[in-house]
Amino acid sequence: MATTVLEPTHAYASRRSVIVEWLTTVDHKKIGILYGASAFIFFLIGGLEALIIRTQLMKPDNTLVSPEMYNQLFTMHGTTMIFLAVMPLSAMFFNFFVPLLIGARDVAFPRLNAMSFWVFLLGGLFLNASFLLGAAPNGGWFGYAPLSSRQFAAGLNMDFWVIGLQILGIASLAAGVNFFTTILNMRAPGMTLMRMPMFVWTTLITQILVLLSFPVITVALIMLMADRTFGSSFFSWVGGGDPMLWQHLFWVFGHPEVYILILPAFGIISEILPVFSRKPLFGYSAMVFSSSFIAFLGFGVWSHHMFATGMGPLADSFFSLATMLIAIPTGVKIFNWIGTIWGGSLQLKTPFYFAVGFIAMFIIGGLSGVMHAVAPADLQQTDTYFVVAHFHYVLFGGSIFALTAGAYYWWPKMFGRLLDEGLGKVHFWLMLAGFNLTFFPMHFAGLLGMPRRIYTYPAGLGFELYNQMATAGAFLLGVSFLVFIWNVIKTWRSSERAPADPWGGATLEWAIPSPPQEFNFPTLITVHEKDPLWDMKRAAGVSRMPEPQLVSGKGIHMPGPSWWPLIVACGILIFFIGFMMKDPWAFPFRPVTILGFAITTFGIFKWAYEAPDAHAPQH
Amino acid sequence: MPTPHNTEAAAPMTTAVLDHHDAPAHEEHHTSLPIDNRKLAIWTFIGSECLFFASLISTFLVYRGQSLKGPGPKDIFSVPLVTFGTGILLFSSFFVVMALNGAQEGNRKKLITWLSLTVLSGCFFVGMQVYEFSHFYHEGLGYTTNLFSSSFYTLTGFHGTHVAIGTLWLATVLKDAIKGRVPKEKALNLELAALYWHFVDVVWIIIFPVVYLMSLGS
Repeated sequence: MATTVLEPTHAYASRRSVIVEWLTTVDHKKIGILYGASAFIFFLIGGLEALIIRTQLMKPDNTLVSPEMYNQLFTMHGTTMIFLAVMPLSAMFFNFFVPLLIGARDVAFPRLNAMSFWVFLLGGLFLNASFLLGAAPNGGWFGYAPLSSRQFAAGLNMDFWVIGLQILGIASLAAGVNFFTTILNMRAPGMTLMRMPMFVWTTLITQILVLLSFPVITVALIMLMADRTFGSSFFSWVGGGDPMLWQHLFWVFGHPEVYILILPAFGIISEILPVFSRKPLFGYSAMVFSSSFIAFLGFGVWSHHMFATGMGPLADSFFSLATMLIAIPTGVKIFNWIGTIWGGSLQLKTPFYFAVGFIAMFIIGGLSGVMHAVAPADLQQTDTYFVVAHFHYVLFGGSIFALTAGAYYWWPKMFGRLLDEGLGKVHFWLMLAGFNLTFFPMHFAGLLGMPRRIYTYPAGLGFELYNQMATAGAFLLGVSFLVFIWNVIKTWRSSERAPADPWGGATLEWAIPSPPQEFNFPTLITVHEKDPLWDMKRAAGVSRMPEPQLVSGKGIHMPGPSWWPLIVACGILIFFIGFMMKDPWAFPFRPVTILGFAITTFGIFKWAYEAPDAHAPQH
Repeated sequence: MPTPHNTEAAAPMTTAVLDHHDAPAHEEHHTSLPIDNRKLAIWTFIGSECLFFASLISTFLVYRGQSLKGPGPKDIFSVPLVTFGTGILLFSSFFVVMALNGAQEGNRKKLITWLSLTVLSGCFFVGMQVYEFSHFYHEGLGYTTNLFSSSFYTLTGFHGTHVAIGTLWLATVLKDAIKGRVPKEKALNLELAALYWHFVDVVWIIIFPVVYLMSLGS
C-alpha cells in the first residue's frame, strides 16, 4: 500500500479565490465555521441590545431610549439570541462535529447543508436590516396577536419578524432533514445507535423536535402574514377570529423550541465531563432515554406558558402536572453528570470549568422552572422579572455556558490552536460572576412585582438596587466576552499548534489531525465500543493518540463545490421580500415574489441536474 | 438496526489514519440502515409535513361555524365535482405505482405510459381546483370574506400547491424517462417523487371528508 506523507502545510492548489471557495463550499467543516462566525456576530449584536436595555433600566424614569425603541430592543434581543445566536451556535457544532463523531466524511446532503446556512444567514441579515429602516420588530419574540396584527402594529416592524422567521424556519427544517438522515444512515461500521456519542444522540433528538415543531409555527406565521398582508382575520376578533389560536400554535412550537435550545447543550456537557473526569459517562442509556423523554414531554406542556389566559382548572392541572414531570428526566441527567465527575481523575481545564458552571447554573434555572409549573404561583410570577431571571438561568446559564464549554473543548480541533488556559479561566470567573450579578437580583425584582417589557419604572418601589446590580453584571458579562475575543486573537497569532488529541479524548474526532483534512477519515474506522477512541487507545496501551500524518486523499471522492445552494437561498429571500411590498396588481400577482419563485425554481432544477462532479481533495 | 460493514479489517489504532489509494469508490454509499439516504430524507420530510397539514386542518376545524357572515360551505360547495377530482387523484396513486413498476422492470414503454397518466391526473386536479376557486370567487367568496373562506383557501390552496409541485416533479422524471435517462438502476428517482405523491394523495383523503363531506351535514 503506497503511503504518501505530505508536509503539514496548507497548500490548496486551487485557482479559485478564497471567497469563491467559501461561497460555494459544501464541506461540513467550512459550513460549521460559517455558522459559528455568523452566529457569534449576531450574538454580539444581541448582547449589545441587552446592554442598551440594561443601561436604560439602570435608574428609575430613565430616558436613554424611547418606549418605541425599547420595544424594538427587547423584541430583537430575544429573537436574535434564540434564532440567530443559540440555535446556529448549536448548528456550528452539529455541522463540524456530528460527521466526525460518527466517523463519516460529510453529511448526507452536503449541498442542502450549504443551502441551510445561506438561508439562515440571509434571514438573519434580513431581520437586522429592519434597524436600517428604523422599523425593527417590536411585538415581542412571541409576536402575540393582536399586538402583531396590522391594527395595532401598522409599520413594517412586525412584517420583518413574520417574514424573517419564515425564512429562518426553512433553514432549520432543511438542516433537520439533513442531520436526521446523516445520523441514522452515515454512521461508521459498528457504531450502533447505543454506541453513539451523547452529543450525537441529543442532536438527533433536537432534529426530531425541529421537524415536528417548526411546521406548526410556519402555519401560524403564514396565517399572521395573511392577516397583515391580505386582510384576513385568523387572529382578529373583528372577523370572528381568536387570538388564543395564535398563542396555542406559537407555544406548540415554542416549548419544543426551548428543548431545541438546551438539548445540544446537554450533549456537549455529556462529551466534556467524561473526558476531563477520565471516566465514561455515568448511566449512558439513562441519559439517552431521559433526553428522549424530555423531548416527548416537550410537546405536552405548551400551555404552561398560558396559565394567565384563563384556560380553566382542568387544562391548568394537566399542564402543571406534565410540566412537573419534566423535572424527573432532567434530574436523572443532573445526577448522571455528577456521577460522571464523582471519583474521577479530574483535569481542571477551562472546558471542565464551564461544564461544571453549567450544571450549577442550570440547577438554579430548573428549580425556578418547577416553581412556574405550579399554576397558582405562576399567576404571581407571570410577566415579571422572575420569569426573566428563570429563562436566563436556563438559556444563558444553560445553553451559553455549555456552548462556551464546547468552544474551548473543540477549538483545537476546528482551528488547530489551543485557547489559552489562563485567559480561559479569567473568562470563566468573569462570566460566572457577571451572570449571577445580572440575573440573580431579577428574581427579587420580579417577586416585588417589576413587570417585563416595560421601558422604565418609578422610584420608590424597591427596584433600584436590583436593577443597578443587574446593569453592573451585564457589563461584566460584556467584559468576559472581550476576554474571550482577546484569547482568540492572541492564540491565533501564536505559532503554537494544537496536537490531534490534546485532551485525551474518547471520540473519533481526536483520531485525525487538527484541523481535519477535507475528507476527515482516510479510511472508515470500525467501531467496537462506546467511547471508541478510548477503546482503541486501551488496545494499543497509550493514553494519547500519536500525531497522525497528513495524507493525500487520492481516490476519495468528495462532492464538488456548488453555486446553487447560495442562488436558491437568494431566491427564497426575494420570494419572501415580495410579501412586504405594496401589491401593485391584483392579488396574488406580486412581481418580486414571482421573481423570487422563478430564481428558486431555476436554482433547484440546475441543482438537481448538476453533474455529480466528485473531485479529489487537492492535497 | 444498522448493518455493520465488517469488510474492512478492524483497524488497529496506529493504522487508523493512513493513506488509502485503493479506497473503494463506492465507500461513501455505505449506509447504516438498509435504506437510501434520499429515501430516508423524503420520509423524514413527509413526517414534518404531517404537522404542517395537521396545523392547517386544526385551524379549519377550530373555525368551523365561526364565520360572522356568509357564504358558508353549504351555499357554495359543489361536492360532485370535487368527488370526481378526488377519484382522479386516488387513481393517480395507482398510476404512479404502475409507472414505478415499469421503471423497476426496465420497461420504458410501461413507465412512460403510466407516468404520463399520472401527470395528466395531477394537471386535472390542479385545473379542477383553479376552476373551483375562480367559481367561488365569482360567487362572492374572496380570500378575506370570512373565517371559512380564509381557512378553506389556505388549507386547500397549500394542498393544491403540493399537488402542483408533485406534478412538476413527476413531469421532470417523465421528461427524463422519454430521453431514456431513467434506467432500471435509477428507478429510485421516480420512487422518491412517487412517495411524495402518495403523501399528497393521503392528505387529500383527510381533507376531502373533513372539509367537504362534514360540511354537508352541518
